[in-house]
Amino acid sequence: MSALGLSVLFWLLAWGVNVALARSRFHGMWPARVVVPVLFGLAILGLWEGWVRAFDVSPVILPAPSVIAARFAAETGLLWEDFRQTVLKGALSGYVIGVAAAFAVAIAIDRSRFLTAGLLPIGNFVAALPIVGIAPILVNWFGFDWHSKAAVVVVMVFFPVLVNTVQGLKEASAMQRDLMRTYAAGYLQTLLKLRLPAAMPFIFNGLKISTTLALIGAIVAEYFGSPIRGMGFRISTGVGTLSIDLVWAEIAVAAMTGSVAYGLVVLAERATTFWHPSQRNK
Amino acid sequence: MMGRVLPVLAVLVALVGLWYAAVAPMNIRGALDQVERAGVEVSPATPRARLDVGAFRLMVANPGAIPATYGLERPRLPTPQQVGVEFWKTTGAMVARGRAFSKRSLIYHGWITLRSTLWGFALGTALGILGAVAIVYSRTMEMSLMPWAIISQTVPIVALAPMIIVLTSQLGIEERGVPKAIISAYLCFFPVLVGMVKGLRAPGTDQLDLLKTYSASGLQSFLRLRLPSSVPYLFTSLKVGIAAALVGTIVGELPTGAISGLGARILIGDQFGNPLAIWSALFAAAILAGVLVTLLGWLQALVLGRMGMAR
Repeated sequence: MSALGLSVLFWLLAWGVNVALARSRFHGMWPARVVVPVLFGLAILGLWEGWVRAFDVSPVILPAPSVIAARFAAETGLLWEDFRQTVLKGALSGYVIGVAAAFAVAIAIDRSRFLTAGLLPIGNFVAALPIVGIAPILVNWFGFDWHSKAAVVVVMVFFPVLVNTVQGLKEASAMQRDLMRTYAAGYLQTLLKLRLPAAMPFIFNGLKISTTLALIGAIVAEYFGSPIRGMGFRISTGVGTLSIDLVWAEIAVAAMTGSVAYGLVVLAERATTFWHPSQRNK
Repeated sequence: MMGRVLPVLAVLVALVGLWYAAVAPMNIRGALDQVERAGVEVSPATPRARLDVGAFRLMVANPGAIPATYGLERPRLPTPQQVGVEFWKTTGAMVARGRAFSKRSLIYHGWITLRSTLWGFALGTALGILGAVAIVYSRTMEMSLMPWAIISQTVPIVALAPMIIVLTSQLGIEERGVPKAIISAYLCFFPVLVGMVKGLRAPGTDQLDLLKTYSASGLQSFLRLRLPSSVPYLFTSLKVGIAAALVGTIVGELPTGAISGLGARILIGDQFGNPLAIWSALFAAAILAGVLVTLLGWLQALVLGRMGMAR
């Protein structure tokens, strides 16, 4: 029971520190903004560890975080190979192609009011559909290697980016456009200097949604067939062979990848849309 | 009205046209194999030799085989008509025979998926609203919970899905809908949380101050001011949430060897090489998503109209 008691003690302590920090006058500063959530996360990991040890939970059901960390450290080579297959080859290439295609289509249809009016409702509808379901079809079309995963990712990220970009291109007001006209700016100049910058908050919104979707698409597609590497492949076979700690190590990799990718998009957003009200005072 | 419908219809017609045009090159190899087995001369003569030739060159060399591409039994890309026929066979025709809930009917599988989706939606919405209230009223909760709520959404849920299923089955929960509902709740709580935090913070300081001058208690100002003003935000995020919940359920059915539900139909269609089953299940999922979002849209218009908030 001592493990459980210790972890509960740690949890209560972390909670106390967090409450004190949140109430103190430092709560707005960035060290507090980092320390508080990190302590919260550590406390949950501690509870997990204590609970698993105290009740002797079988590692086949739920391994302790320390066991997962040990497995992670022991299998870095394997994890890196899976990461390369799923993230760098499948998700990233699909993401780049899908975003570029959506962006190009958005700019192309933007000049025609008819096409915009026709595609926007359809795009909005498709963005709400469970597109992951096409994974088996695309795996059938493009084979087992990463090309089919990239294809699934392309379809999944296309519509959110398209809809957001089209919406964003409408953002510049009539007044601003008129001003550009009085400067004798052409279509291209107006697009580059006014409308694209004004659309950036929307585009980044689409990009943020897409980063998670890209990982989901690449992993799900691997459940339907994959060469003998890849995160989705390792997870589905790991569940079958009861090497649950390896599965959790893959989940940790997926979680870190997702968070880092999201963080990178947020950083790019801050650098590009520093002028937007939602980004000021940060 | 007409001005909004016409462009959508035009784009839809163009998409269906593209689909029909794509069927021939996608299926030409299968069609050539079929007519070759029927004894018709094709060029190049063997499937192996045809592998090196592009789909369009095959179509030019064997124009006689093109009609066959539209009637294959197991096409790589079925025509919309084939999908429609298969969809009708597994829905309307089953109803006509009085077997709407037979295991081969998409209505039965759609119902299984819908049930898990709604449970997950209810759970996710409840968690999202509770989390939002905690975040709005406690700075500690905001500082510790909000970053993790964001991080939780960057974790690809599909990686966790098999683990959730292992865990629930080890905990002795036999009901197959439970892990699916947990997964869809996981995807659904975040939009609700974010929308509700925004909504509960929507009243300005002057309004909150006014309630203070009425000496309203915390609970009263919550019920009379914060909650009502969050309703428009709630509905907007509910629409996102229900779509996410449906995605969650289908993702939960895909990798897990589920035997009923639309995701399971997709999985089984894949395993048995029956593309028509996959496509019709996909259509059923799309229709389900459309119906759910539309229903919530109506509910939104109704409630906001009653509250005098209709825009």
